[in-house]
Amino acid sequence: MAILQSHLLLLLLFAFFVSLVFAVIARDTAREQLRLGGLMFAGFVAAAFVLGWLMYPVPF
Amino acid sequence: MRATAAEESQSGALVLLCVASWAVPGAGHLWLGRRNKGLVFLIALPLMFAIGLALRGRIFPFDLADVLVGLAALADLGIGLPYFIAGGLGYGAGDVRAVTYEYGNAFLIVAGLLNLLVVIDAYDVALGRK
Repeated sequence: MAILQSHLLLLLLFAFFVSLVFAVIARDTAREQLRLGGLMFAGFVAAAFVLGWLMYPVPF
Repeated sequence: MRATAAEESQSGALVLLCVASWAVPGAGHLWLGRRNKGLVFLIALPLMFAIGLALRGRIFPFDLADVLVGLAALADLGIGLPYFIAGGLGYGAGDVRAVTYEYGNAFLIVAGLLNLLVVIDAYDVALGRK
């Protein structure tokens, strides 16, 4: 499936699942789960972009 | 000191709970009445594992000569019944030429590890720690 070959989409999908499971494990109310899950998801995506840019000049 | 019958029965129930929680992601939480959490795990974890298979990831064999492969196999096994179902249906052979191969492995391994965390969480809930 071509859609599953997008690195960005796979990154977002992976971050979504991990954030979802961690948030549901760590918090009990839907509101808290949404807040923690959103923060984790944003953290994953931001870290991926920052690390991607930092690694951009690396020649291998 | 010898364990009483009630303690042994409780310990047996805990083992059964952990085995059920491992075999079917979310089953432990459903058993303990945490319906919403159980349903999220029941849907999310097998779906994540299935996506890993669709990405041509590999279910690693128990090759103890290569430590990383052995550890990856243990992590894959963490997902429980879906691991055996996928193996039985012939999925999980992996295709190292596929551009998504490493992504698939990441999804498979992390799905198994997350399910092990879910088992530990169910154990904590059963003991009243949460």
